[in-house]
Amino acid sequence: MAHGRVWAFGENVDTDQLAPGALMKSPLDELARHCLAGVRPEFPQEVAPGDFIVAGKNFGMGSSREQAAQALVHLGVKAVIAPSFAGIFQRNAYNLGLLVLECPEAFRLHEGDQLEVDPRSGTISNQTTEETLSCVPVPEFLMAMLEDGGLVPHLERKLKQQKAT
Amino acid sequence: MNSRPQTLAEKILSRASGASVVQPGAIVTGQVDLAMIHDSGGPRRVSPILQRLGVPVWDPERVVVITDHYVPTFDADSEQILALTRDWVREQGISRFYDQQGICHVVLPERGHLRPGMLVVGGDSHSPTGGAFGCYMFGIGATEMAGVLATGEIWLRVPETLRIEWDGTFGPGVLAKDVMLFLCGQLGMDGGRYQAVEYAGSAVARLSMQERMTLSNMTAELGGQAGLVPPDETTAQWLQAHGSDPGDWALWHSDPGATFAEQHHFDAPALSPQVAAPHSPANAAPVAEFHDVVPEVLYLGACTGAKLEDLRAAARLLKGQRVRSPMQLWVAPASVRDRQQATEEGTLRILEDAGASILPSACGLCAGYGPQRLGPGQVCLSSTARNFKGRMGDPTSQVYLCSPYTLAASARAGRIMDPREFLEEA
Repeated sequence: MAHGRVWAFGENVDTDQLAPGALMKSPLDELARHCLAGVRPEFPQEVAPGDFIVAGKNFGMGSSREQAAQALVHLGVKAVIAPSFAGIFQRNAYNLGLLVLECPEAFRLHEGDQLEVDPRSGTISNQTTEETLSCVPVPEFLMAMLEDGGLVPHLERKLKQQKAT
Repeated sequence: MNSRPQTLAEKILSRASGASVVQPGAIVTGQVDLAMIHDSGGPRRVSPILQRLGVPVWDPERVVVITDHYVPTFDADSEQILALTRDWVREQGISRFYDQQGICHVVLPERGHLRPGMLVVGGDSHSPTGGAFGCYMFGIGATEMAGVLATGEIWLRVPETLRIEWDGTFGPGVLAKDVMLFLCGQLGMDGGRYQAVEYAGSAVARLSMQERMTLSNMTAELGGQAGLVPPDETTAQWLQAHGSDPGDWALWHSDPGATFAEQHHFDAPALSPQVAAPHSPANAAPVAEFHDVVPEVLYLGACTGAKLEDLRAAARLLKGQRVRSPMQLWVAPASVRDRQQATEEGTLRILEDAGASILPSACGLCAGYGPQRLGPGQVCLSSTARNFKGRMGDPTSQVYLCSPYTLAASARAGRIMDPREFLEEA
């Protein structure tokens, strides 16, 4: 199973940091180049597909702008792991195919750790420290949406099925 | 017949999902009574998705479109966003379209679209504002909105209810904005846990509808999904006056004995005006702790802070006064209707005479989308809802949040000032 490294952030990472308002009418590629750059200027340049974001509580607070989650998908972030998420961000993440995992012990994960996750059983394996943490298992209906690639492909498939029957 | 007493949120979700009874934590599918979108998260983002799905909006009568984010336009991109919005509204046969009429959260109820008991989604995080009218209203992103527009449905996890009661009467100089800054400070920006927050108690019952809207609006900053105020005679009268039918409003309240996950009681007379320091509404403290802060810009704006009653509060303290030089006071009335009323009754004139610049009725500086932004290191005192780093301009700008009263008192004093210092003479 592919694994990726941890990028660690603090509490209350807000949507203006993830998707700055002044760039909201820019193409996604440009917006994503500024994602979290206000806190860690090197992040958008150096994050690699399959990497993880680990953060403190209330990740994604603020606006309903889904570009906050979309920018992370665009950068190839595999999952965001935090003790809690802002509700709208969490919904947006699933809708756009981004895995988010609620993990009360996210503080045990550190910058640079290599992780593997299993969202169905709710386990996070830290390859670096050889620790295993529990996270809240993702409900099956959200897993189905994630595996389709988000809400739009999920609805597309459902509408096709409806037409077929 | 339900044996278990229900909360207001459970009643609305049980009606909208067709279940006879719903339990917190259960996943339900709700039939959406109304969907509101604006120019930023609206047509420009939902239209390509609906095209891909090959479906029109499920019910044009249940969709309200309001332009407020890229208003007024300031370049070719913003022009194009508004043009696309107008074309899409026409193409979909949507008649409930308000173009440059003010901020969506204020325009939606003032044009009579909300009724107690409705399940409403809005494409903006301050959508809990509709809870002031007894609606279960919450904000969603554009992709999820496209899903609603395609199907008329949305999934919800039935929320617990956090009941926040304020008893007594708020003192002079204390507004709903102070209540919410105080609550953000006490409970934190995740205190609402994405559950339903219900505001109640004798002090809340005495608030006007626009003040209740401020409570519900800033439920977003408290991290709640919805922010409900049980409808009462005040609600019913307001709705009637604004072309809506309050219907069976008396049904929409939490039953005696309903289960609240948390209950918080506060003493209204004990609350003092609050200010939140950069860069979080949760950095709230009594105004007296900020008397040495000298703002350069005072911004009376946003759905949270520039409704008619907010303008009136500021005018009450600024009548016959001048904004202390070199401070600048910018006023962006929240809606065109509120602006018209404020003009007719002389409220806006008082603010202009005091030296205020009157800006367009739109999201403006609060959304941070337009050309007007705070410069490096600029200190701003604002009646808006959030002061995240860099939201209103340069990342080094410093935004303090306060009520319209505190803002006006500070304009007179030349530094952040307790409005009660001036209210006695007003």
